[in-house]
Amino acid sequence: MPEAWPPGLLLAVGAVLIGLLRGSARTTVVLIFPLLALWAVWQVPDGVADTAEFLGQVIEPVEGSPVRRLFATIFALMAFAGGLFSFRQAPWQELAAATLYAAAALGVCFAGDLISLFIWWEVMAIGSTVVVWCGDRPASRAAGLRYAVMHVIGGALLMAGIAAHAVATGSVDIVPMLASSPANWMILAGLLVNVAAPPVSAWLADAYPESSSTGAVFLSAYTTKAAVLALILLFPGEPVLRAVGTYMIFYGIVYALLENDARRILAYSIVNQVGFMVCAIGIGSQVAINGAAAHAFAHIIYKALLFMSAGVVVYRTGLQKCTDLGGLFRTMPLTAACGIIGALSISGFPLTSGFTTKTLISEAARGDGLVMLYFLLAAASAGVFLHAGIKFPWFVFFQKDSGLRPNDAPWNMAAAMLLFSFLCLFIGVYPQPLYALLPYPVDYDPYTPGNVLFYLQLLLFAGLAFFLMLPLMKRTLTITLDIDWFWRVALARLGAWALGALDAVASATGRMGRSRGGLLAGWARRHFGEDGAFSRSWPIGTTALWMALLLSGYVLIHYL
Amino acid sequence: MANLRNGEVNRYRDGGDHWLVRPSTIRRLWAGFLVVLALTVLAEAVVPIKSYFGIGGWPGFAAAFGFLSCVLMVLLAKALGALLKRKDDYYDA
Repeated sequence: MPEAWPPGLLLAVGAVLIGLLRGSARTTVVLIFPLLALWAVWQVPDGVADTAEFLGQVIEPVEGSPVRRLFATIFALMAFAGGLFSFRQAPWQELAAATLYAAAALGVCFAGDLISLFIWWEVMAIGSTVVVWCGDRPASRAAGLRYAVMHVIGGALLMAGIAAHAVATGSVDIVPMLASSPANWMILAGLLVNVAAPPVSAWLADAYPESSSTGAVFLSAYTTKAAVLALILLFPGEPVLRAVGTYMIFYGIVYALLENDARRILAYSIVNQVGFMVCAIGIGSQVAINGAAAHAFAHIIYKALLFMSAGVVVYRTGLQKCTDLGGLFRTMPLTAACGIIGALSISGFPLTSGFTTKTLISEAARGDGLVMLYFLLAAASAGVFLHAGIKFPWFVFFQKDSGLRPNDAPWNMAAAMLLFSFLCLFIGVYPQPLYALLPYPVDYDPYTPGNVLFYLQLLLFAGLAFFLMLPLMKRTLTITLDIDWFWRVALARLGAWALGALDAVASATGRMGRSRGGLLAGWARRHFGEDGAFSRSWPIGTTALWMALLLSGYVLIHYL
Repeated sequence: MANLRNGEVNRYRDGGDHWLVRPSTIRRLWAGFLVVLALTVLAEAVVPIKSYFGIGGWPGFAAAFGFLSCVLMVLLAKALGALLKRKDDYYDA
């Protein structure tokens, strides 16, 4: 019997049970297993708890440390609140996939080596893809597929990097490194795909808003924050991360300002908030790492709360475009109030969790004398209030009277929102328990009068800017093109153009009988054209079968 | 009003005359907001904001900085939007 129950494995058992059980037994599993996992998280001792041999490498499936425990704690809490929010509304497939997804995130938290990390990383990708697909619309199936492809590419980068790193150093241990070799660069790139760093930031706002009203709550929490933890463990103080994080911060603000879809606004603001954390990891000092960890903890709570609030609106109305919504505060006061608490928290308003955690990151930039970054972070804090803090609640719950009079949240959704609203305010008013869990000792008091006044001025005048510029913010039925245009449109056009060119060659040479060109075009059309083997959409089962065949073939050859 | 089932939307109108959206309320909210804004700047006379980097210590700096950076970000977004905005069925077409 191992020294500690691996929390990830424990919750994964729960995910399987959700599929096997029915009715109240299933509900019990959805709600109890995250709490069991939370208990298990706190049983994991510091240091390596267990080792095994795999592929000739020593792997450490369970390794504890304060920062790992901090992330695991909020992941388990999130699984509980997400389960509470969705158990009466979500189909069992989504509940099982979301629980597996959470389990994998817990696995990542305690992975002591790169191989264990990679395995849980891929399980996370599978679980989350299924959650996106549970959105159960044509748009969610397409977005889920794009999401899966992006994460397969990220996973391949990570795997290649790990393999090269293992060959070069002879170790797969998780230790701080810098992006100093091609192997480390590939590992870093694989991790950065999951935090939605440039140039692939678009996958997040593409996929999450297409999930179900309950699915997005889970999605908002795990993929990006597990990657933040991995960056803390592997690349603390990597200077490249400062530039990457700063880009993400402003990308999120600008795209959210232009966005009409309420849940896509929230998705862009995930990129923005994770940008703060990535920046902090790039600074790398003890205060900065504390800031990244604390902010991730608080962020999971208020972002899930925001997605819950938006989720109730989607659940009750089936609508999520700002142009269709408005005036919902009349009949959804609780959902509106909880949404506003989440919005104030994400903006870092004093007395909310964003204030006591995000200001740690500014404090770190100041402590290291990074003047430019300090002012950029301050401007971004104002921008967060603008694009998420006011924009989201304003356009969904106030703005104009859309004529919609939906009922407020069902009791379980309301309970989950109230729980997380309470935590947002609790961490805001009394941050000491959270500070005590941080990896390094905290010597910081956010509530000095000068600091509070600074942020009040910054945020309230950002609010003034919002309402003065409201005519410029008028919502339109538009989307904003992103870098993913290059693979969603340009690449497809290039393919069509290449086929057309082949066609032209074929018809020009066709008169001379079955020429080379004609053969080529015919071959291309057979395989890549409509209904060709390479352009058909394959059912997942067939794909899995092929992958299994390939893998078994590989293993067979390996042993011969 | 009958209880609504999942996802069902009741589109009856109640005149939209909620007290919160009346012009008189909105005028009062604006007045209150402006008073609070003024107070946060005036409060600097009593509660000094620690200046870390030169200009950070000017009176009303945070207010001006917050306001101007937001104006700048909105204008930047508008400019980018002019270039990159498309109808929201762009990818479906």
